[in-house]
Amino acid sequence: MSLLEVKDLHVKVGDKEILRGVDLAVKKGEVHVVMGPNASGKTTLIMTLLGYPGYRITQGEIVFNGVNFNEKPIHERVASGLFIAFQTPPEIRGVKLRDLIRIAGGRDPWDPLEGKKETIATPLLEKVGLDPATFFSRDVNVGFSGGEKKRSELAQIFAARPKLMVLDEPDSGVDIDSLKTLGLDLGDYIRENNCAALVITHYRHILPYIRPDKASVMCHGRVIVTGDPYEIFSKIEEKGYCEYLGVCPPDMKSLVEREKTYEQDSQVEKGTG
Amino acid sequence: MSKIPKWKRELAKLAREAKDKPAKLGPDIDIQEFESSTPGQEVLSNLTELPEEVQKSAETVGISPQERERSGSFFQYDQSVILACAHKETPEVEVCSTSEALKKYDWLRDYWWKVVPVDMDKYTAFAETNQHHGYFIRSKPGARSIFPVQACLFMGTQRSIQCPHNIIIAEENSELHIITGCTTHPSTNSGLHIGVSEFYIKEGATLTFTMIHRWGRDFEVRPRTGAMIEKGGTFLSTYICFKPAKTLQMYPVAHCVGEKSTARFHTLLHGMDDSLLDVGSRAILKAKGSRAEITARAIGEGSSRIIARGHLVGEMPETKAHLDCRGLLLSEKAVIHAIPELEGRVEGTDLSHEATVGKIEEEQLYYLMSRGLNEEEATGLIIKGFLDPEVPGLPERLRMEIKKAVQLTTEKAL
Repeated sequence: MSLLEVKDLHVKVGDKEILRGVDLAVKKGEVHVVMGPNASGKTTLIMTLLGYPGYRITQGEIVFNGVNFNEKPIHERVASGLFIAFQTPPEIRGVKLRDLIRIAGGRDPWDPLEGKKETIATPLLEKVGLDPATFFSRDVNVGFSGGEKKRSELAQIFAARPKLMVLDEPDSGVDIDSLKTLGLDLGDYIRENNCAALVITHYRHILPYIRPDKASVMCHGRVIVTGDPYEIFSKIEEKGYCEYLGVCPPDMKSLVEREKTYEQDSQVEKGTG
Repeated sequence: MSKIPKWKRELAKLAREAKDKPAKLGPDIDIQEFESSTPGQEVLSNLTELPEEVQKSAETVGISPQERERSGSFFQYDQSVILACAHKETPEVEVCSTSEALKKYDWLRDYWWKVVPVDMDKYTAFAETNQHHGYFIRSKPGARSIFPVQACLFMGTQRSIQCPHNIIIAEENSELHIITGCTTHPSTNSGLHIGVSEFYIKEGATLTFTMIHRWGRDFEVRPRTGAMIEKGGTFLSTYICFKPAKTLQMYPVAHCVGEKSTARFHTLLHGMDDSLLDVGSRAILKAKGSRAEITARAIGEGSSRIIARGHLVGEMPETKAHLDCRGLLLSEKAVIHAIPELEGRVEGTDLSHEATVGKIEEEQLYYLMSRGLNEEEATGLIIKGFLDPEVPGLPERLRMEIKKAVQLTTEKAL
């Protein structure tokens, strides 16, 4: 039985149908990459998995660990082992990162008045490379760099020890060195804990670290292909989404046109040169 | 008649002339509607002799009945001063009632109505005509007290008036910390509180003043506050009102008269039910190199109205001040009205402000919920963070103390 099963999921945001029958399954311990052109429904899928208000399921279901999630509030989904690391998590002034890490791990915020040393968040900050000397008292994401935000999310994953982590573009806004340490930390954690992962990404850089078992490609609010991740990546890189999928997402039609013009122009330039 | 000194008679005349003068801001109150005399209270030798419910109320506004880590205590019950003393270990701090200090020190006239005008409005006039004690706290030159002096203004008689006149002096190069709590007996839910406070921060001195208010629902509150800050002096004022009155109106003014003097106001307001809070802070930069910072955080619940004012006046070059006001609306009917004012009177003054009013951002709320909190818990965490009393410059111990008081009040209020 799969840990996560998404069956024929239709989701509306406002009056607009964004997901039009998504089928996706993630087994226990499986690392599953989701790709797809912009506006194909990847983020909507994540938000719906988590149960954000405003993402209305009109058909189909989400089953996690044998439990139907359709009507469950956010915090209950999280309590049953689902954890989402956001692409750009919000800044929250006055709320300390150390407290958020503790909350992710099911603890209360640290009470400085008790006068006891903090022992939950501090080692996790250290583990993800955020110096506790400064980050212990920092407000959540306030003034964090792109890489620091990703590490903060990582520390929270480590604290939460989920059954399934969902990572929304963990490689965006991160420089190549940070990506490496982030990837190594993630990969180690996934394998050591046999944690399942659903990873949205546009690039292959992170693949060697997380070693995906499967990849799915989304387009027009559906999963079009599921299969071997490396094969799929190579084909997309070679052909682009349009040709590979055999369908053209709306915002890509102009791109195809522009690309043709670009090729023609460079041929003209070569010709004159 | 002849016994009353001339300067007092002159003040009395000014007060008489202003006795019907309404305040510039806030709903007008008919002082006659309140009881001007209250039953007398016995003098105590320490605060643990107070009835338990009184001690408990006092604790919620930062007062320690055991006087733990305090360098002195003042307790006024209605119109009776029941305790006023500095600890033996801290002879560099002086604590007594202003009525006693007036008898003791002839020079006190140089501080009496010098930074708050006696004829400002009918409330100041009433306070001069009917003075009900108040506290006199003074740190001697060079004194460095670690522990704060605590002062409690307590109201225990229904529909009565309390109008203390407080004088606080931090002498040259001294450091003085004060925690003031104003609150009521649990069974008292209406009354009029007029507190006059005059602060004098001498050259090189630092004064931190933390005032916590918890009122009953039918209280009318009209504090009148002024501060004079001399060369290199620092005034840090933190005001917290978590259980509001029916109406509260105050607009303390800091006069930075000395070069490189600093004034900082930090205000935390929580409006609920149908209360009206009209609270501002004003800083007037009158000397080169002086600085001011005003921050305000307001939370509106129920059908409360909060008017958060701020006014910075730059009268000299090389001055700088900033005003930061944030309001958080937690109900459909609450209103938060931020009115920041900047008044530059010379070239070379640098004044700025930022103000935001809105509800809790959904993105923040859902993010916290995605970490396992339910909606209520997530809202509470955001509010606590919003009210975090991080005042730069406050000693760590005092910051903890304030944090504790905020925690206590937020837990009860939210």
